[in-house]
Amino acid sequence: MALDPSFIGRTYPPTEPYEVGREKIREFAIAIGDANPAFTDPEAAKALGHPDVIAPPTFPFVITYRAAAQVVEDPELGLDYSRVVHGDQKFSYSRPVVAGDRLTVAVTIDNIKSLAGNDVLTVRGEVSDALGEHVVTSVMTLVARAADETGE
Amino acid sequence: MAISYDEVEVGTQLPAQSFPVTRDTLVRYAGASGDFNPIHWNEKFALEVGLPDVIAHGMFTMAQAIRVVTDWVGDPAAVVEYGVRFTRPVPVPNDGVGAVVEVSAKVAKLLDDRRVQVDLLATTGGQKVLGMSRAVVRLA
Repeated sequence: MALDPSFIGRTYPPTEPYEVGREKIREFAIAIGDANPAFTDPEAAKALGHPDVIAPPTFPFVITYRAAAQVVEDPELGLDYSRVVHGDQKFSYSRPVVAGDRLTVAVTIDNIKSLAGNDVLTVRGEVSDALGEHVVTSVMTLVARAADETGE
Repeated sequence: MAISYDEVEVGTQLPAQSFPVTRDTLVRYAGASGDFNPIHWNEKFALEVGLPDVIAHGMFTMAQAIRVVTDWVGDPAAVVEYGVRFTRPVPVPNDGVGAVVEVSAKVAKLLDDRRVQVDLLATTGGQKVLGMSRAVVRLA
């Protein structure tokens, strides 16, 4: 069953703050194999003008993906997550994520459309710091494959 | 050494890189990212849902591709926009070798405010895995 387009524009309450730790950034940088010292060495990060170590560009997804669970698990929307694949991902940064940040995410359903029987859902996460300043916007497109296309 | 806007032009190639991916890479990424979807570590599950093998997290591939840009500019914060389309999965066989993601990139547009658009090409086994893969980067 197609998703209800009246959900376009629905917003969800901002998430509880996610506190970004140095060691979490280090763990993530090691997991992606990226040895850039700006991710692990506070002095190297400061030499680049940052107050502390910064996170890799795709790190915000760790936070926005958790926030998007509000949409994915919204019983009123009724998305079948077992059929969902990640279609597109885009980030627009005002500044990098920095260790010590306390980040909240405000999630909005930007679009719902049907393409060749698949539901295409665009979920935007606006990530803000403790002062309410914009840090990064994540726009994620999820594609829910049509239920009758099994095992494709 | 920061890259200056004045020293690049449309067509400037960034140094290409190859990124190996094995099963343990994916387990490590699952833990660090919190994405425990079994298609990224459980072969039986992946085959049952019609995939050719365990596949890499799209976000892992996205993280690899931008390294060509951040290693070029030095300061990862120079990336002001980054987007990709996940067009094809990266199968990661359990053969001790895994897969390799090859990434090349070039300056596609000169923008205002000392920014450039960089277009990325990511392939595995000669097949493109990311579409519309581009970053906007602020240079010195």
